[in-house]
Amino acid sequence: MKIQQISVFIENRPGHLAAQIRALAEAGINIVTLSLADTEQFGILRLIVRDWEKAKGVLEAAGRVVKTTEVLAIEVEDRPGGLAELLEVIDAGGINVEYMYAFTYGFKGRAVMIFRFEDPDAAIAALQAKGIGVLDAVDLFRRAEG
Amino acid sequence: MTDFPFENRIWDPAETLARDELRALQAERLRETVARVAHVPFYRRALAERGVGADDIRIADDVRRLPFTTKEDLRQHYPLGFLAVPREELVRLHGSSGTTGKPTFVAYTAEDLECWANLCARFLVAGGLRREHMVQIAFGYGLFTGGFGLHQGVELVGASIIPAASGNTPRQVMLLVDLRPEVLICTPSYALNIAEVARAKGYGPDDIALQFAHFGGEMWTEDMRHEIERALGIQAFNNYGLSEIIGPGVSGECAARGGMHISEDHFLVECLDPDTLEPVPEGEQGELVITTLTKQAMPLLRYRTRDIAALDSAPCRCGRTGTRMSRVVGRTDDMLIIRGVNVFPSQIEEALLRVDGATPHYLIEVDRPGAMDEVKVKVELRPEAFSDRMDEMQRLRDRIGREIFTVTGLRVGLELVEPQTLERSAGKALRVIDRRQNRPGG
Repeated sequence: MKIQQISVFIENRPGHLAAQIRALAEAGINIVTLSLADTEQFGILRLIVRDWEKAKGVLEAAGRVVKTTEVLAIEVEDRPGGLAELLEVIDAGGINVEYMYAFTYGFKGRAVMIFRFEDPDAAIAALQAKGIGVLDAVDLFRRAEG
Repeated sequence: MTDFPFENRIWDPAETLARDELRALQAERLRETVARVAHVPFYRRALAERGVGADDIRIADDVRRLPFTTKEDLRQHYPLGFLAVPREELVRLHGSSGTTGKPTFVAYTAEDLECWANLCARFLVAGGLRREHMVQIAFGYGLFTGGFGLHQGVELVGASIIPAASGNTPRQVMLLVDLRPEVLICTPSYALNIAEVARAKGYGPDDIALQFAHFGGEMWTEDMRHEIERALGIQAFNNYGLSEIIGPGVSGECAARGGMHISEDHFLVECLDPDTLEPVPEGEQGELVITTLTKQAMPLLRYRTRDIAALDSAPCRCGRTGTRMSRVVGRTDDMLIIRGVNVFPSQIEEALLRVDGATPHYLIEVDRPGAMDEVKVKVELRPEAFSDRMDEMQRLRDRIGREIFTVTGLRVGLELVEPQTLERSAGKALRVIDRRQNRPGG
């Protein structure tokens, strides 16, 4: 159920972000979705890619600082109120969200959000109890790659 | 003495001369030195101006009647204007790296070299070196005094030497692992570099046989000592010297590690307020001003080292009678005056070593875009400290900023950078870029 996300430390200087993305492109790695958290001094690039081990290897070989984290890909109804309902379930379950970002592909009226929880296992249990779909890597990448 | 971590062995009986004998010896040698420098036009003039001659030197404290010598004086008499012996008496030349382009040359007679080796042997033995050891010397061999100076000292003790010289860090690690030397000699920043490369190759303290290290050639901190000792599984000893005076061998730590014993039978060291040039009270920091007492080729009177340290003449439990100097805490010319606050780069290092997620690799950039000084400190991130969570990264940054504030009293801009991106050097590391136009004190 859990998806591996890779995070990369981004220095605040021109071209640093582009260089990481280029390195992945040259290794033939397709970025399925990403989020960039940044401050004036540095950024954290979070990526979902199919072959995360290869991506990690490519970036580390280039001297980057990389970390892997388990995240969840959660289905949400692609209509007004869809995300609000999901978040209410999460809140009601007392689950702590560290951050979230959107997955770029919709499927049969459903969108996917990537969630970083403090305790991913507790989150899976709480969501499934409410009948909310948590995608595994196979499902997720099938959607991304059609 | 059983409470030393290893046997407190004394190399040269002169290290334990009674204080009154030592002071009398200093006075006698100072008188000889003043007579000797009459061969140097610069000193002949300066002594005449002050109306002082060798006959006026009765006690060691009479050194205060003598003229000062500065780095600028040496530069103005480039290359060998300070020679006190004919050129054919020289057997060796060294030079200090000049930031302004040309080095400052220093010269040695055969007697000077013999003396220098003995001075190095003193602190090496005080810090654990024994005849049966193997020693890796990772100092530059060349104009820089570190390599050859320590080489001769180790040779005199009779230990075996791997003259690895500085640079090619993977090879340094290979030598440490394969030949298993017990002693490492280099700059402390290079030792950290070696430890880093060793770790990257999967080697820890158990894979090498190092027991002792002797570090000098640059400023470092007590926290850095702990870090290197942990990383390499060693006891690290500090020694001090500067090429203008002789090179390494002016002072070094004993097993008690409560400061570096100055070889006062060869060097007369004063600790002065750099502005008033009056002595500071004992124990307080001031600029070290050194007069050589036995140097033949290039004796110097009251050389202003620009190194800031404190002196302690209390007896040491090791039995050596030489006054102890603290580690050098800064240089009068490295001292940054930022928004009116005195800051030494070593303080930044001290702060960084207190934070787990930071490395002691840093670069201080000072600008003055308007009326106010702005300081940015670039710090290499420790890979294990990287988090995908912004709050954790912000906490790490805040912690570094807080430690720097605690140590220096300054709020600085902080920039985390990737590991291994700031310049490493085999010798002295570049720590400061000051882009201010009219820097105070500079």
